[in-house]
Amino acid sequence: MSGLEAVILTIITAATPLLLAALGELVSERSGVLNLGVEGMMVMGAVCGFGAAFVTGSPLLGALAAIGAGMGLALLFAVLTLTLVANQVATGLALTLLGLGLSGLIGEAFVGQPGVKLGRVSIPGLTDIPFIGRILFGQDPLVYVSLALTGAVAYVLFRTRLGLTIRAVGDNHQSAHSLGYQVIATRYACVLFGGACAGLAGGYLSLAYTPQWIENMTAGRGWIAIALVVFATWLPLRVALGAYLFGAVTIFGFYVQAMGIGIPSQFLSSLPYLVTIAALVVISGSRMLTRVNTPACLGQSFVPER
Amino acid sequence: MRLVLERRSEHSQAMAVLSPVIAIGLTLLAGAIIFAMLGLDPLYALYIYFIDPLTSLWSLEQLVVKATPLILIGVGLAICFTANVWNIGAEGQLTMGAIFASAIPILLPAWQSPLALGSMIALGCLGGMIWAFIPAILKTRFGASEILTSLMLVYVAQLFLDWLVRGPWRDPMGFNFPQSATFQGWHLMPTFGGTVHLGSILAVVIVLVLAVMVGRTLTGFEVKVLGNAPRAGRFAGFSRSRMVILCFLLSGALAGLAGMAEVASTVGQLQPTISPGYGFTAIIVAFLGRLNPVGVLLAGFLLAISYLGGEGAQVTLGISDKIARVFQGILLFFVLACDTLILYRVRFETARAPRLAPGE
Repeated sequence: MSGLEAVILTIITAATPLLLAALGELVSERSGVLNLGVEGMMVMGAVCGFGAAFVTGSPLLGALAAIGAGMGLALLFAVLTLTLVANQVATGLALTLLGLGLSGLIGEAFVGQPGVKLGRVSIPGLTDIPFIGRILFGQDPLVYVSLALTGAVAYVLFRTRLGLTIRAVGDNHQSAHSLGYQVIATRYACVLFGGACAGLAGGYLSLAYTPQWIENMTAGRGWIAIALVVFATWLPLRVALGAYLFGAVTIFGFYVQAMGIGIPSQFLSSLPYLVTIAALVVISGSRMLTRVNTPACLGQSFVPER
Repeated sequence: MRLVLERRSEHSQAMAVLSPVIAIGLTLLAGAIIFAMLGLDPLYALYIYFIDPLTSLWSLEQLVVKATPLILIGVGLAICFTANVWNIGAEGQLTMGAIFASAIPILLPAWQSPLALGSMIALGCLGGMIWAFIPAILKTRFGASEILTSLMLVYVAQLFLDWLVRGPWRDPMGFNFPQSATFQGWHLMPTFGGTVHLGSILAVVIVLVLAVMVGRTLTGFEVKVLGNAPRAGRFAGFSRSRMVILCFLLSGALAGLAGMAEVASTVGQLQPTISPGYGFTAIIVAFLGRLNPVGVLLAGFLLAISYLGGEGAQVTLGISDKIARVFQGILLFFVLACDTLILYRVRFETARAPRLAPGE
């Protein structure tokens, strides 16, 4: 395996969890719900995914458990913000704090245990093609899932009636309600989708990226995913682009460290966070980029008039 | 059966006081269920967790010591959240405050005078303010979400601290452990006999000052108007940008002070981890205290019990102290859910009875 091929492979694995989580958050935000609990849902997905795979030996069941964990927390968030109209920012923070705490408690038994690694796809003939074979045909299945999901989200949001409903609900919930759309039900569905994606993203970390459980192993990736949605100006294809750019930044840090250049490792580890801040500043500074696609009702509670 | 919310014509004053109490009650109930699931006697476990820490002088002192940073940070955040400014990065500002304050004992170990302690306090506040100013200016200049930038800076601050204690500020006599030399004499907060230190007194004074500021001054009024009715605030000529910067500087300074107080008392040196997540727990303190400075004071003690109880439960009941963070998370959920009762009446409708809307 050549050096460049290895770099590309690691970038893809670093980008996939960000892409999955950000896609879910994008759908949720397009329906007008700002869920800041991505980090909490992700870390719960990571611990439950690891646990289920550890107990059953099946990474597939692990991935399903991760999705379930993410959706469970998302449901909690939805009940509070949509049914009880609690503040979305505060509830999202609560979700993150609860997820981090609960995952630490659940995961205590798993610390130091060997994980079950999600295998890579192998297609005889195709995977063996030099250079592009492993990149195109030899990833783990979730990489393909994340890419298919990007296409699916883009298609549904902009080419179908369902997508139109979601965007209408996110842009003007009063009008959407007057037209007879189910605002609350649509938002419930979008928040749950977001939870499933965040859970799966966490599961990817503990099943494929580093198959083990470490407390707080998400290390802020949930927050970076939320920033990615802003960075991508709420467009799915740009989310994918952004996720791969961030993946590249993370991996760049590792490689510089491995080359033994005299930059402290802590500085390189802080690169993704600094890049996130820089990206937010650049995008937010340009009104033209943000105004067009920002869901107008983002973060606002909806109580139907009676 | 469906749940229906009806907007109250006025805020319910009774619920404003009752909602935190109901939330605490529900958290205890949830706690009993969790303990039962872990195979413990729920009542005994709840006693060990929440009451036992209040029964000895030693643990009461510990309670004050743990409540101090929570109150300092929580009261700053309460004012931020009232003004609808979301500073989520208090943990990072705490870390920076601790680093700045530690410059004196680490770089000038021989300077022993009350002035050295005063400088440490000032530097602690300054460190927190500088770190908080970054998201504030990025928000007002470029419109970048302060939630995300302040949070990202937590990780950066913690990595910076990690580099310092493993690199330039590592104790040369410390057998290569990643920690600085221990602080001595005037580089530590004076204590009152036991473990309660000057920081606790400062916290109470600051809470009282801020309570007066919020309740009795124009600045306090601006905070509330810009938070609750931004349009009205704009018409009144209040500046949103100025408020964002003010809130961040204030809460940053208090978080920095909390960080300084931690390294100059309980921790006594600089090490990779100096706080068990006080900056994040203080978010819960602010909400449980209903964003009111005096409420924060009470809430700070309650959350301090959750830390102490966690330690006690680990020793006595043999369960992980990580359960503390679970309780804290659940508590915040119930607080937010119960706050709905202040603005709305909650009713359950059993059947979908045909309700004729006016004009139909």
